[in-house]
Amino acid sequence: MTSTALRSRAWKLLEMVTTPLLPSDYLDLVSPLRAGADLRGRIEAVHPETGDAATIVIRPGRGWRGHTAGQYVRIGVDVDGVRLWRAYSVTSPTNRRDGRITITVKAIPDGKVSNHLVRMAQPGMLIQLDQATGDFVLPEAKPAKVLYLTAGSGITPVMGMLRDIDFDDVVMVHSAPKPHDVIFRSDLHDLVADKKLRLTELHTDTDGMLDIARLGELVPDWAERETWACGPAGLLDAAEDHWTEHGVPERLHTERFRSGVVVTGDGGEVTFGTTNKTVDADGATPLLDVGEEAGVLMPSGCRMGICFGCVTPLTAGAVRDLRTGEITEAGPGVLIQTCVSAAAGPCEIER
Amino acid sequence: MTAIDPTAHLTAEQIEELGRELDAIRDEVIAGRGEKDAAYIRKVISAQRKLELVSRGVLLFSIFPPAWLIGTAGLSVAKIMENMEIGHNVLHGQWDWMRDPKIHSTTWDWDHVSPAEQWKHSHNELHHTYTNVIGKDNDLGYGIMRVDEDQKWYPFHLGQPLWNFINACFFEYGIAAYDLDLGRNLHKRRRKNPEFRARARAVGRKIRKQVLKDYVIHPLLSGPSFLTTLAATFTANLVRNIWSHSVIMCGHFPEGVQVFERRSIKGETRGQWYLRQMMGSANISGGKAMHFMTGNLSHQIEHHLFPDLPSNRYAEVAVKVRGLFEKYELKYVTGPLPKQVYSAWHKVFRLSLPNKKPKVTTPDREQELAAV
Repeated sequence: MTSTALRSRAWKLLEMVTTPLLPSDYLDLVSPLRAGADLRGRIEAVHPETGDAATIVIRPGRGWRGHTAGQYVRIGVDVDGVRLWRAYSVTSPTNRRDGRITITVKAIPDGKVSNHLVRMAQPGMLIQLDQATGDFVLPEAKPAKVLYLTAGSGITPVMGMLRDIDFDDVVMVHSAPKPHDVIFRSDLHDLVADKKLRLTELHTDTDGMLDIARLGELVPDWAERETWACGPAGLLDAAEDHWTEHGVPERLHTERFRSGVVVTGDGGEVTFGTTNKTVDADGATPLLDVGEEAGVLMPSGCRMGICFGCVTPLTAGAVRDLRTGEITEAGPGVLIQTCVSAAAGPCEIER
Repeated sequence: MTAIDPTAHLTAEQIEELGRELDAIRDEVIAGRGEKDAAYIRKVISAQRKLELVSRGVLLFSIFPPAWLIGTAGLSVAKIMENMEIGHNVLHGQWDWMRDPKIHSTTWDWDHVSPAEQWKHSHNELHHTYTNVIGKDNDLGYGIMRVDEDQKWYPFHLGQPLWNFINACFFEYGIAAYDLDLGRNLHKRRRKNPEFRARARAVGRKIRKQVLKDYVIHPLLSGPSFLTTLAATFTANLVRNIWSHSVIMCGHFPEGVQVFERRSIKGETRGQWYLRQMMGSANISGGKAMHFMTGNLSHQIEHHLFPDLPSNRYAEVAVKVRGLFEKYELKYVTGPLPKQVYSAWHKVFRLSLPNKKPKVTTPDREQELAAV
């Protein structure tokens, strides 16, 4: 017998020993970061960057496959006992010797996860991790001239790039409200001092917002530069228009942190993702009834919210709990009880 | 169905007001759920797993009597924790709000021969929706016992103390059988129904895995302690079964608990549903350890009002619920474990004999009871 076959037999025996649980349920008690476990990370340090931003040093589990500069990672954090997932750019270089990675988080107003991470994260805390992903990355062939166009926390993926590879000719235009809001300010100025970067720092509270049409005044050869832009949607929209107008859209690479804002309302269009049906629903009819009415096979039970026989993933949009009025927004791992939930704006469920 | 309706003094408005007050209690707990609760269930799960690991480890040496005693006691407690405070409550969705896929009603499986899916249907859906409605709620007598004076007596009922005792010893198998609704499905035609066969196969698979683990794999791993480990696991399962059967008997069987007619729940309002849960359940009084070992089913009344609230919150909810019982002049059935167990068993014995005047009120009722 080969050693793989032997190992798989041994594993089967272990599964019989631990049934109905899995051996991993017990191994997780002692070694949550081991190879083969669900990917997790342990926070090892938290460094404040500005008044409302911090860099979190994470030791990823053994299953971590590494990242490419500019990519982001989704992390799952328990906030008030509820697991919430968010995506953050990796700000550490790819060749960090100790195997740790960093993300840099800016606390946004009412942001549950960002505020929790910036203000409450402690060394030792376990978080859930996904593998790094995203195509906001540098090309294999080195471009001769580079422009980084960033604003606010849009600097984070670019910092990952800056720390990873040196280019001969790099210009950065970065906007932030005030000097002390500039994340990585001293790192940036160090790079400038080492002549590795030419930096234009715009302070929008005093200088006003960057007018993309006048970018040429700051960076005359912008159209020749391979550009990576990350920041608020307004900036990115304007940049895309500007690059297209000048016939060089292929030089611009953008990264949007928020794909869209969830519209909440009273009722809305309900999409059943698996069966690919879309129907209008009011804000008072349970999604279970909406689905059954539309001929979708819906799991059901007590129809009064007590048996949890109808829970279904909510993949987009928002729903309202008809008993409490509480709004639940879609996200990874978000399941809703369809018998007591109604559409709160357009939404999609997996049925 | 008792001669005097203990809720007769309440007006329809009062019942709806009671419902609103209960909703407010529920909302308050939901708004306050948080990190402490999540930490509680994680701690219980981790403690249970460690206790089970250690006990199984000790049983490897169960050929020595002290090791047998310690290992068996530990395993019994671990199995009780696993079924009561963890399995039952996770499968109710009490911890779904944490969005941790490892502690979720849709993914959890328990140390029980009844597959989680089937149990969720017969328990969460049928028993909790139709609590104590004769003919709808199979938990009432599990289809093998007479539980109310008004039910027709058959000579078969003479044996019900014995049936109940056997059911207590092999409770998990009893539950699996009743999830399958064996009483109804063993007729020739139903037996061939593909849906029933699929469910029966699922139970068969689960039983095989459970039996293999407890009575083959672990004893074999114990080598010279094979027989003593086998005896230890059997004992632990027996202890767990008798304990959970006793706790569950206390939930709906003691004297003073009401049962309901099928007709009475037609068009039931939320307030009336709540009221039925209040009158159809009974608590066990005791200290923290008692509540923990019963999986907080000692707060059966609160659990039936709010089956999806985290179990660690029932104690605080109970204070408020009891206040409502007093306010609306209703009887809160509770008592220490021995008293409640005695009361439930006493009823089982009493109803095994025919009573003098079955108070069958309507032809409807007669038909219904004959069908049970």
